[in-house]
Amino acid sequence: MEYFLQQLINGLTLGAIYGLIAIGYTMVYGIIGMINFAHGEIYMIGAFISFIAFLVLGAIGVTWVPLALAIVLVVAMLFTSVYGWTVERLAYRPLRGSFRLAPLISAIGMSIFLQNYVQLLQGARVKPLQPIVTGGFVIMEGGGFSVYLSYLQIIIIVVTTVLMAMFWAILSRTSFGRAQRACQQDRTMAGLVGVNVDRTISLTFVAGAALAAVAGLMVTLHYGVIDFFIGFLAGLKAFTAAVLGGIGSLPGAMLGGVLIGLIEAFWSAYFDVEYKDVAAFGILILVLVFKPTGLLGRPEIEKV
Amino acid sequence: MSARAGSPDFPGILRDSGLVALVALFLAFPLVGFHTIDQGGGAGMGIETRFPWVVVAVAAAFVGRFLQLALLRTHAPVAVERSLSRLGEVFQRNTVWIAAAAITFAIVLPMLPFADRRLVDLATLVLTYVMLGWGLNIVVGLAGLLDLGYVAFYAVGAYSFALFALHFDFTFWMALPIAGLFAAAFGVLLGFPVLRLRGDYLAIVTLGFGEIIRIILLNWYPVTRGPNGISDIPRPSFFGLEFTRRPAEGEVAFHEFFGLEYSGLHRIVFLYYLILALALITNLFTLRIRRLPIGRAWEALREDEIACRTLGINPTNTKLSAFAIGAMFGGFAGSFFAARQGFVSPESFTFVESALILAVVVLGGMGSQVGVVIAAIILVGLPEWFRDLQEYRMLVFGGAMVAIMVWRPRGLIAHRDPTVRLGVPQRPEPSA
Amino acid sequence: MIESGDRVPLLDVEHLTMRFGGLVAVNDLAFQASDREITAIIGPNGAGKTTVFNCLTGFYKPTVGRLTLRRDGTEFYLEQMDGFRIAREAGVARTFQNIRLFPRMSVLENLMVAQHNTLMRASGFSLAGLLGLPRYTRAEREALDLARFWLDRVNLTDRADWDAGNLPYGAQRRLEIARAMCTRPVLLCLDEPAAGLNARESYELNELLIDIRDRIGIGVLLIEHDMSVVMQISDHVIVLDYGRKISDGDPETVRNDPAVIRAYLGTEEEEELPEEVAEDLPPEMVRALRSFEDRPHEEDGH
Repeated sequence: MEYFLQQLINGLTLGAIYGLIAIGYTMVYGIIGMINFAHGEIYMIGAFISFIAFLVLGAIGVTWVPLALAIVLVVAMLFTSVYGWTVERLAYRPLRGSFRLAPLISAIGMSIFLQNYVQLLQGARVKPLQPIVTGGFVIMEGGGFSVYLSYLQIIIIVVTTVLMAMFWAILSRTSFGRAQRACQQDRTMAGLVGVNVDRTISLTFVAGAALAAVAGLMVTLHYGVIDFFIGFLAGLKAFTAAVLGGIGSLPGAMLGGVLIGLIEAFWSAYFDVEYKDVAAFGILILVLVFKPTGLLGRPEIEKV
Repeated sequence: MSARAGSPDFPGILRDSGLVALVALFLAFPLVGFHTIDQGGGAGMGIETRFPWVVVAVAAAFVGRFLQLALLRTHAPVAVERSLSRLGEVFQRNTVWIAAAAITFAIVLPMLPFADRRLVDLATLVLTYVMLGWGLNIVVGLAGLLDLGYVAFYAVGAYSFALFALHFDFTFWMALPIAGLFAAAFGVLLGFPVLRLRGDYLAIVTLGFGEIIRIILLNWYPVTRGPNGISDIPRPSFFGLEFTRRPAEGEVAFHEFFGLEYSGLHRIVFLYYLILALALITNLFTLRIRRLPIGRAWEALREDEIACRTLGINPTNTKLSAFAIGAMFGGFAGSFFAARQGFVSPESFTFVESALILAVVVLGGMGSQVGVVIAAIILVGLPEWFRDLQEYRMLVFGGAMVAIMVWRPRGLIAHRDPTVRLGVPQRPEPSA
Repeated sequence: MIESGDRVPLLDVEHLTMRFGGLVAVNDLAFQASDREITAIIGPNGAGKTTVFNCLTGFYKPTVGRLTLRRDGTEFYLEQMDGFRIAREAGVARTFQNIRLFPRMSVLENLMVAQHNTLMRASGFSLAGLLGLPRYTRAEREALDLARFWLDRVNLTDRADWDAGNLPYGAQRRLEIARAMCTRPVLLCLDEPAAGLNARESYELNELLIDIRDRIGIGVLLIEHDMSVVMQISDHVIVLDYGRKISDGDPETVRNDPAVIRAYLGTEEEEELPEEVAEDLPPEMVRALRSFEDRPHEEDGH
């Protein structure tokens, strides 16, 4: 029971991070119907920018943890979103209306490019970061096993939840959100009634990148190590989360993220940890085969 | 903002270039401007600045954008575009001659005076990718199915040979067909449930499948020996003649049979011809099957699946056949790879390999057989030859994939010739 | 009403209902279509015409209904079959409202793809074809002959090697019909074949459809808005409105059916037939409508 609870906490933490990345996939898919393959790399860049920001802050003497965290959060979101914007502008926008595999191939190219760009600039070796947020407390004890909840896990879950709620509010309350939803329904029509479609799509990428940056920051804190390759697996899993929840659906992305996080935590705890990635991919395949619309997605009616 | 040809709108161009430079500043500042360094000895990570690099990057962005707007606004890209199209057509029209010349060159290559061991080795490597490219071209170029896990079939081929050799003493020639069949069987196994999915879902699922295969190879220790891989895979023989200095008791070696001095080059050259033959078989097969109903159905599916269904074509089976046949050639190439290296390990079958093969297909021009050869030489041959460039290879080809898609989504040489002609005089066709 | 009694219909649609969530696109529809006849389905936009086609050709599974097609004495229940099997086994071919050719394949290749199943069998699922056995060469020659026949018929012989996507619009429409015919169907379903055609092309289309009916001898099912096409060539007209059949009979009967006129022009709002509308309608219909306007209004049935 205690062990189970501990895995639940770990899984939720991980799932919150996946959920943040999954939102980027699901929103982009909703609006332009493509898998933004480079999104995992955007998250990786977010992690690197956070990492560098921590080092810079440490070098100039900002050591009060809450302040450092807040600054890094803002800095990472800001700079990463410029990457998100640029990727869309360079690699996807010119391809709207091209043949259907073109944007996907372009996205794969972009992903490879960004990975190697970071590798060349920052080196291929794994980068360790000293723990920034330490401590926590035992919430339950029994059977020789204590359930531990770290402050970091609390931060991750709280920040994620707040951000998702904010994002939800933006999408349902603001004019950007309205434009975003209009473009999801029918881009041509939205354009005809005066929605600036290009800008809406750009903003979608910016928002997705900002959330991915937060995920990158959380991972940097959580694992304490990053390298240029982390975007690949995390991206795939977050995509799985988006599909599992129903691609195009925002609550679906969050739900999917949490589910994937839980599955991974429990698989690692109770089965073979080596195969935890196989479990994630296996789920992806199963979902796509048996319920391609995901848990919360709307069924697609084939237009003939 | 829009400049008329001849009189560029300089203030507008400057402002635009300025904005691009600003974006470049934002992009470069965090990742180029700071460099993380490992201080070693438990001191943790340090950081140093490289602001001059940022200045260079920003300036380059500004100048690049400025030149692009000021100069390329004129007709240069159109002219290049047109000449590339024409090049494609010329290639297509003279396919027979170009192919004959290329094949002749490929055959005499090892006999040329400058053909040392390194060059032949490199040519073998390039040809391996040509073969993989041609195999994947069936799936991506003809059937329009984006397969991001092609390397999985390459791995299945390589490991089936390695395992059959290890446990049942299979030779290369016995294992070759089995490797192909195994790979095809995996193709069917994966394809059957997922081929009815939309194109981009298929891409992700194949990617996931590629990773699953790699993870299994890495962790299924009793069978695959995990990360250590399988070594001592027998080398292929020439009709039973081994390429060894001292053959085993009762065997005859290649050099003894032909009365030659033993040379390590014999095997290298033999392997070269072997992959050349395998690649040519793949190519011939593709050229032939394109003209058969199944090949036409693949292309039709790529163009419009819904229309295909109303013509009575079973989309799932048709896609499955493309998938399985592509996988089969991947399997053949894989068993060649194992035979050439004498060693296989999961490290050789990462996603980067899949991406490289895909890049070979995409850059060359999807569906274009000549394009694959050119792209393989550029993407595999050049960086291998100029070792210093290797570090930048992936960077460049990632960028090139984006650039090609933006600029010429159909690939460098994209000209499709009909698989059948009516043989009746035709009205001039408007160029699309 | 048009029941010929002694002849078994080619297509028999019974109780066809198609719901999308709460929307009932087609509601308990029944009609029949015979071979050697052109059956037109008309109705205002959104009446459910294309939905009927999509049910017939396997793109939608009907919520309720039985769609029986009789071919060579065998009955096929289309509602139970996959789309590609409907085309392959039952012999139902169709075209689309927004043309669906294979744009980057040549005109001739489009017609060859349509003969996929015949050729596939002859090529021994590609083995005989790969080896170039005579049985496949012969089949391919026959397929080319059929393609040539239809190329001639739709006037595309001198553009056979063009990319289909490079053809002008009217020619693309003709090619799509030729492609459907190359599957050797027993029922040809055309979704607005005259849309976007000029007067001459529309006339040629009429000729082509009559030819298909009389010389090939198959059934043609037609969705069309162009009344001149419908009235001139149809043997049998079915009118849909809000997913229900409101009239069924020969063109003359339908043309004079008050329910049809009501569905098209309404009764309350438009008292008079506007001139712009009248211009587009055949004179007989205008006359009928005008006489209807003079009559006192009936109680609205719906």
